[in-house]
Amino acid sequence: MTTLRSLLAAVAVLSALTSPLDADAQEQQGVRIGLTYTAGTRPGLYVLPMAGAYADSIRAILTRDLDFGDRISVIAPDSGVAPTGSLNYRLYGALGAAAVLQASEQVGGGVKIVLHEVGAARVMNTREFPVDAEPLSIEWRMALHAVSDEIERWITGVAGIASTRVLYNRNGTLWQVDSDGANPRPVPGVGSGIQPAWHPSGRSIAYTELADDGTHVVVRDLVNGTARRVSFGEGTNITPTFSPDGKTLVFSSGIDGTDLWAVPLAGGEGPVRVTVGRGTENLSPSFSPDGRRIAFASGRLGRPEVYITDADGANPQWLTTTGFGDQSYRSDPSWSPDGRHVAFQTQIEGRFQVATINLRDRSVKQHTIEGANEQPSWAPDARHLVFTSSRSGTRQLWVLDTESGRLRQLTHGSAARMGAWSPRFAGSR
Amino acid sequence: MSFRNISLSLLAVVAVGAAACAPPAPPPPPVPVINQDSIDAAERARVEAERVRAENEARARAEAAERDRLAAEARARAEMETRLNAARTAFANAIYYDLDRSELKPESRTVLDAKVPLLRANPNLRIRIAGHTDERGSDAYNMALGQRRAAAAKRYLVDQGIAADRIETVSFGEDRPVAMGSMESAWSQNRRSNFEIIVGGETLRLP
Repeated sequence: MTTLRSLLAAVAVLSALTSPLDADAQEQQGVRIGLTYTAGTRPGLYVLPMAGAYADSIRAILTRDLDFGDRISVIAPDSGVAPTGSLNYRLYGALGAAAVLQASEQVGGGVKIVLHEVGAARVMNTREFPVDAEPLSIEWRMALHAVSDEIERWITGVAGIASTRVLYNRNGTLWQVDSDGANPRPVPGVGSGIQPAWHPSGRSIAYTELADDGTHVVVRDLVNGTARRVSFGEGTNITPTFSPDGKTLVFSSGIDGTDLWAVPLAGGEGPVRVTVGRGTENLSPSFSPDGRRIAFASGRLGRPEVYITDADGANPQWLTTTGFGDQSYRSDPSWSPDGRHVAFQTQIEGRFQVATINLRDRSVKQHTIEGANEQPSWAPDARHLVFTSSRSGTRQLWVLDTESGRLRQLTHGSAARMGAWSPRFAGSR
Repeated sequence: MSFRNISLSLLAVVAVGAAACAPPAPPPPPVPVINQDSIDAAERARVEAERVRAENEARARAEAAERDRLAAEARARAEMETRLNAARTAFANAIYYDLDRSELKPESRTVLDAKVPLLRANPNLRIRIAGHTDERGSDAYNMALGQRRAAAAKRYLVDQGIAADRIETVSFGEDRPVAMGSMESAWSQNRRSNFEIIVGGETLRLP
């Protein structure tokens, strides 16, 4: 990070230039703050120093969230004093910033955000965000994550994913971790738990319970702590997922092979069979965002492949027909929230790798090379996904930006797997 | 010899002669006083002793017979236990599968055949077949594959005449290996179906 002195020196040089940054130049960069966002470009955001009791933590959280979003190029020098009065926009423009973030703590714990547009040399947006939580607590951090997500929406037009969590399996039970890797903790009340899935409201989850008498699907309300088994008694009951409208749970169940079954959560009607596997395996359902279709893994060809069916079971189609990888073994599909891609794991040279298939042109992109990589789950921004990787020596969750290829390790310590990225939570949680 | 000596001798001869001719009557033996009570008591004592002796003998024989009977029973039980344990062991024998397959191999059919007599002899027996996989492959897919393996074993037993509602099937996928390690010697042990008696195991009858 450059020091203030060299910044001032650079500004002194640039002041001599005759053409300041103007609207035309800004459009040449491909970015127009607050109105349009061009994919592939990363507008620079300068994060001003902050003053206040929790300033360091607040600034660190906002800065990291915006950086982890991979849509914004964050410039946040460690040193400096929070400026007062009007800003020297040319200075920040010279550093490559298209916007400047000015944050301050409020009396009562809230945060005031002022976002400046460098090119237009004016304040673009101002807002006070109340934060009703104990400073530095999990809820406080989540409230600040929601602030980051809103800032990102102002700049790029798309809300960030900082105010989300990831569910996963560790030591035989379910854990959850904040999207930035903070506060890994067990989900209260869960005994044995694998294959977690989120209800679109974020209020409840579904997962598979492994008992001595077999596997059962459980729905658990995270708010009031109640849980109930949804699956049928006998055989195997695994890989639950919720429909996007939150009304139906689909999971794989069977005694002679397994099929996808749909159960209305409000009760009343019985389970409805979705796939007709005739003794083959059919599992790992993932809904399209419009709720009309389901991607799933099926062994009906002898080795597992990814299929897509209408949600009522009509028209099952083999999706992963493209010849890639050394053997036919594709499974664990996850449909992106924008409907455009299905992520899955595929065996390449004897190890699993994470790949995505574009549903429009059926092109396949391999996203991982190192180690064994599996179980992808999309973030709500349809750009990041979490997956399980052995690349660090133990299985851990990693976050991938499918556009830039950037990777960051989300969990540490004892083995973590089967990540499920939460929806955006309405309000802090 | 003197005259006196000859006379004594003659007397002696005469005495002897007299004795030879007419033995003196011995004094009559004392007439025993017959005490009937004593006789009865002695007889009773003799009978009693005889009875006690016979009783002891009988008891000893009975005890010996009882010991023999108990010993025989214990031997029979031990043998039954041995045969039952053998049957239980044979019942618990696992069957194994090829990679990613659920088909029964010929040796698996033999192992399954050996379980049928016990099931037939104990109509109240309920069992659970658990399918497992090795660690390779998708964790979720392996749960479904394990279920298919258990189902294949169940289908074979049902084809042998065992009622389907006596057999539960479950799967643990790759999550309950019996052998650790990332090599074929461990993997081949984990690709299996296990058999467990869940109802009726305490009162097994031998086939």
